[in-house]
Amino acid sequence: MSKILLKGCEAIGEAAVRAGAIHYFAYPITPQTEVAEYLARRLPEVGGVFLQAESEVAASNMIFGAASAGVRAFTTSSSPGISLMSEAMSYIAAAELPAVFVNIVRNGPGLGGILPSQGDYFQATRGGGHGDYRLLVLAPSSVQETVEHVMLAFELADKYRNPVMVLGDGLIGQMMEPVDFSSVPTPHPPDKSSWTTTGCKGRKPHLIKTLFLDPQQSEEHNQKLAAKYDEMRKNEVRFEKYNIDSACEVVIVAFGTAARVCKTAVDELKRNGLHVGLFRPISLFPYPYEPLHQISKTGAVRAFLVVEMNTGQMIDDVRLAVADRKPIAFYGRQGGMVPSPEEVIGEIHKLI
Amino acid sequence: MASNLIFQCPESMTDAITHYCPGCTHGIIHRLVAETIDELGLRERTVGVAPVGCSVMAYNYFNCDFLEAAHGRAPAFATGLKRARPDLIVFTYQGDGDLASIGTAEIIHAANRGEKFTTIFVNNAIYGMTGGQMAPTTLPGQVTTTSPFGRDVNTAGYPIRVRELLSALQTPAYIARVAVHTPRHVIEAKKAVRKAFQYQVQGRCFSLVEVLSTCPTNWGMTPIEATQWVQDNMVPYFPLGELKVPEEN
Repeated sequence: MSKILLKGCEAIGEAAVRAGAIHYFAYPITPQTEVAEYLARRLPEVGGVFLQAESEVAASNMIFGAASAGVRAFTTSSSPGISLMSEAMSYIAAAELPAVFVNIVRNGPGLGGILPSQGDYFQATRGGGHGDYRLLVLAPSSVQETVEHVMLAFELADKYRNPVMVLGDGLIGQMMEPVDFSSVPTPHPPDKSSWTTTGCKGRKPHLIKTLFLDPQQSEEHNQKLAAKYDEMRKNEVRFEKYNIDSACEVVIVAFGTAARVCKTAVDELKRNGLHVGLFRPISLFPYPYEPLHQISKTGAVRAFLVVEMNTGQMIDDVRLAVADRKPIAFYGRQGGMVPSPEEVIGEIHKLI
Repeated sequence: MASNLIFQCPESMTDAITHYCPGCTHGIIHRLVAETIDELGLRERTVGVAPVGCSVMAYNYFNCDFLEAAHGRAPAFATGLKRARPDLIVFTYQGDGDLASIGTAEIIHAANRGEKFTTIFVNNAIYGMTGGQMAPTTLPGQVTTTSPFGRDVNTAGYPIRVRELLSALQTPAYIARVAVHTPRHVIEAKKAVRKAFQYQVQGRCFSLVEVLSTCPTNWGMTPIEATQWVQDNMVPYFPLGELKVPEEN
């Protein structure tokens, strides 16, 4: 199949439909409202459910209800909306339900603005909601990769019975790029009948709950979840190494849109004979600590440069991986400003 | 032998001993719902949604599939579930803190969209599980742990009449208020609960039955005094009866 030109938000909606996710509950918020607008027309074509909820609080709790019935349910939002959905994420994680959340991040805090940002890294990877849970977090850096991540997200959500977040930003959501759906494997939902609440005909009643008043039971439940997060750490680490070889002197670490900018900078530096590479975490939880740790032990690497569209959040994870072995510099833009390749090149020249 | 059997536990209830306080009417209301589910033959396709509050563990007493919701969000859970599986019979069971305070947005919009589930709204004019705090339905002058001098309507406003509030909406099919403090009232309550479920079976829009309930523990009364208090204080402020019934086709 040939490529089609799609806006990021529309591609998200189409990818979900192709993943068999036709139950969508959402509330409008810029810069991702086009997902809802796309699905309001698209879902009726495939017999799906489109529901504009009264709030993000309601939309995300509708996801809980729909996921309990065994369907692939999802929502999309942007930063302030994700804050409101964090309550439901905690409950969905606790209840071990599969669900997909897409966050097209805008600049914050507070109402902030409607432009691209990576200010929700902590919220995504450290949990905006309460309690000891983790989201699986995927960070695409193109519209094509967003499609792949949305479809993968449903697969992973079902596999681990855990909420999965696709963490994009306003740029990913708003730009148009060619997309090839035929190259993306179509996920297939597993049989969920052993736990769904769909009426107890021919079996004992099923209960989906998150209350564990007995401390021993609650601890066991926490440990069960923790074991699952360990499985994710073992199986779901994703990253990209770009131009990282044994001669590499500076390694840039960046994800999503920032990584894409940095890739252009790396190409330019390479043309000028400088040995600079890019390490791009694709899964933000689980974070690719080990591969980054290995790179930090390479003799030629003199320094790391972390580039983010925030004041420095992922840099904490880079520090955990690199520790004191090599110096770690930071360059960030905020408020909806996107760093330019020239700015990144300027920062590299400070290090070489 | 079977011909002598005149009363038994509904199939839709478990035989678990409830955790409810002596004189609390949750047990009666549970039974009315369970009897209705039995009579309409719905148990195997019914899913209940429990609230946060005293009845958070209602699922221990109902013999059907159940979800346990976040505080106030039961109508959103029920919406997602019923939209995904319109063939199921879905009901939420919610108290006054859950439905009339933290979950106000969810219940109003579920009702207004005409979601095809049934809500059993248990109003005992107080927060039970957290130990007797003021609820949106606490009566004027009523003493609670957070209104120690009595509910002051100048600062807390007047109690919310949920039946009246939701009946202002055009979409809902059936909205009624009943009580269970006397056998006569229990019989009337059963009729309303049954209608609410029947309308759902017929595919009618949202139905809600508000049930005036007791909380002897947090009201500081004996069970007998509590039933009298419902009659003397709650019924005058929260009038009983149907306020919205389906328009005939």
